[in-house]
Amino acid sequence: MTKEDCKKLVVDIIADIAPDEDLSTIKPDVRLRDQLQLDSMDFLDIVMELRKRHGIEVPETDYPQLASLDSCADYLTPKFATKG
Amino acid sequence: MAYDWLKGIKDHYDVVVIGSGLGGLTGANALAKCGHSVLLLEHHYQLGGLATWFTRKGGHIFDISLHGFPFGMVKSIRKYWSQDIADSIVQLKGVRFINPQFQVDTTFDREDFTRLLIERFGIAPATVERFFTDLRAMNFYDNNTETTGEMIARYFPGRDDVMRFLMEPIAYANGSTLDDPAITFGIVFSNFMSKGVYTFRGGSDVLIKRMADELKKNGVELRKHVAVEKVLTEETGGQRRVTGVVANGRTICCEAVLSNANIKNTVLQLAGEENFTPDFIAQAKAVRINSSSCQVYLGIRKGETLPHIGDLVFTSDAPRFSSEELVGLHTRSRTFSLYYPDTRPGSERYTIVVSLNATYADWKTMSEEQYQTEKARLIEESLASLERFIPGVRGKIDWMEAATPRTIEYYTRHWNGTSFGTKFEGLKVSMDLPSQLPGLHHAGSVGIIMSGWLGTINYGIIVANQIDKFLLQKKRTAA
Ligand SMILES: Cc1cc2nc3c(=O)[nH]c(=O)nc-3n(C[C@H](O)[C@H](O)[C@H](O)COP(=O)(O)OP(=O)(O)OC[C@H]3O[C@@H](n4cnc5c(N)ncnc54)[C@H](O)[C@@H]3O)c2cc1C
Repeated sequence: MTKEDCKKLVVDIIADIAPDEDLSTIKPDVRLRDQLQLDSMDFLDIVMELRKRHGIEVPETDYPQLASLDSCADYLTPKFATKG
Repeated sequence: MAYDWLKGIKDHYDVVVIGSGLGGLTGANALAKCGHSVLLLEHHYQLGGLATWFTRKGGHIFDISLHGFPFGMVKSIRKYWSQDIADSIVQLKGVRFINPQFQVDTTFDREDFTRLLIERFGIAPATVERFFTDLRAMNFYDNNTETTGEMIARYFPGRDDVMRFLMEPIAYANGSTLDDPAITFGIVFSNFMSKGVYTFRGGSDVLIKRMADELKKNGVELRKHVAVEKVLTEETGGQRRVTGVVANGRTICCEAVLSNANIKNTVLQLAGEENFTPDFIAQAKAVRINSSSCQVYLGIRKGETLPHIGDLVFTSDAPRFSSEELVGLHTRSRTFSLYYPDTRPGSERYTIVVSLNATYADWKTMSEEQYQTEKARLIEESLASLERFIPGVRGKIDWMEAATPRTIEYYTRHWNGTSFGTKFEGLKVSMDLPSQLPGLHHAGSVGIIMSGWLGTINYGIIVANQIDKFLLQKKRTAA
């Protein structure tokens, strides 16, 4: 999986959590919170969906790694790789 | 033989949920959607916990806790229940204050409060702006020791009218006082201010029925009339863990328990002291229970109508706001919730529910005779107060009834009949529970911020996330 694939999976999840948001213009290097109306419950939903859909566990201490699409990709892509 | 309310259930579930308040229901739904087998047990004959209603002769339906919640409910209901249920959430625009210090009509949102603070209370616009912005930025992890009273006084020194304007509705909403941490006020007040007060069109009965349908669709086994008596544990390899529950005398095995009972009931009664370290037990015992409530239910006779005097009317005859006055046996502060026909479209009916904060100890110790006398007094005082806003209303009422902290205790089994869970420190005990006893989790009104409809729904999700993680780890180790 490439980092671009990984970003797409994250965007798919956000699209379900926040259906009213326009996701076509997200800037990957800007914090998601600063460009979308996402609160801490929404980030928790992202964590739950990563587990449910992809079997990926994000420990609470790593939640800050999900700040932007770029940081998500840096953090999650290796996790997808080890999952096989 | 008595009917077996557990007839046909399995011997083992991934999770047993104790209690069907909004925290329990929402947690159960999320866990079922994650693919776990879930059994939900409720001791009452109705689901919903405090999100409840009752019917009375004359065609009356009374809602207990449908007075108003923040806009955040739209999002949480959509995400954790369904778009369809969320579509029934509508705004209540008529919020009024009537007390010796001021009379104000408001839509109860930041814009309107800003206008009122400036125009009606004469506060400098910059101060108002700073107050709202600072409040919004308050962080749960900030470890700030300031109380709500100190914080409000810092922005509005010497203005106990402003104090009342800001605090009275929140004290009704979650039982908090001026002595509680400022963060508890900051979070709840900001939630309301974001867009105002909302309600569920159709009533609590329709909401809970739709939630029950959703739970069944997602495979949750729901059982009413079933009281959980004990959480069972076992020690293996030096670590205690949850193995099941005893309910209506029967043992049911499970990997995890989600308790929606009060945190003190959960630790000290359902699990029991033997399962925890002495230090944790001391912490649990030290958790202060929040205040309770009294209510007076007034049913308007079929065919009669009421003028629109507002949806939520905060009234008080007390000269100034005081947290002690608000919970006193002889409090003169009451909230009137008026339910017009559009609450239940097509019904043509009106009802009024009067809510007062109350202290459990005042009511618990009364003799039966005194109890009946005090309830009659509550009804009479509420009627007298209401007559001032709706002259002649007495003649339109054909059902009157009062509930007290004893009623809440009877129906929910909550420690000291609490309406709003515990004070702030209860949240830590609730969150630390699974590290003390793996498999035991708590979600329900706790710590002030995790209470109310929105708070308990969100907390149900936070805890379901932890249980899901716990169960998956268990399943992986077993595989
Ligand atoms: C008078 C009043 C007015 C309120 N008004 C509002 C309002 O307008 N807006 C708002 O947002 N909030 C309001 N609230 C608060 C809100 O109703 C509660 O915070 C919320 O509903 C509590 O949900 P919960 O998940 O904590 O569970 P609860 O509703 O407290 O339910 C717990 C459930 O567990 C069950 N249970 C306990 N022990 C056992 C056992 N051993 N076995 C089986 N079942 C058990 C109980 O029977 C109960 O059904 C009000 C509360 C009161 C009392």
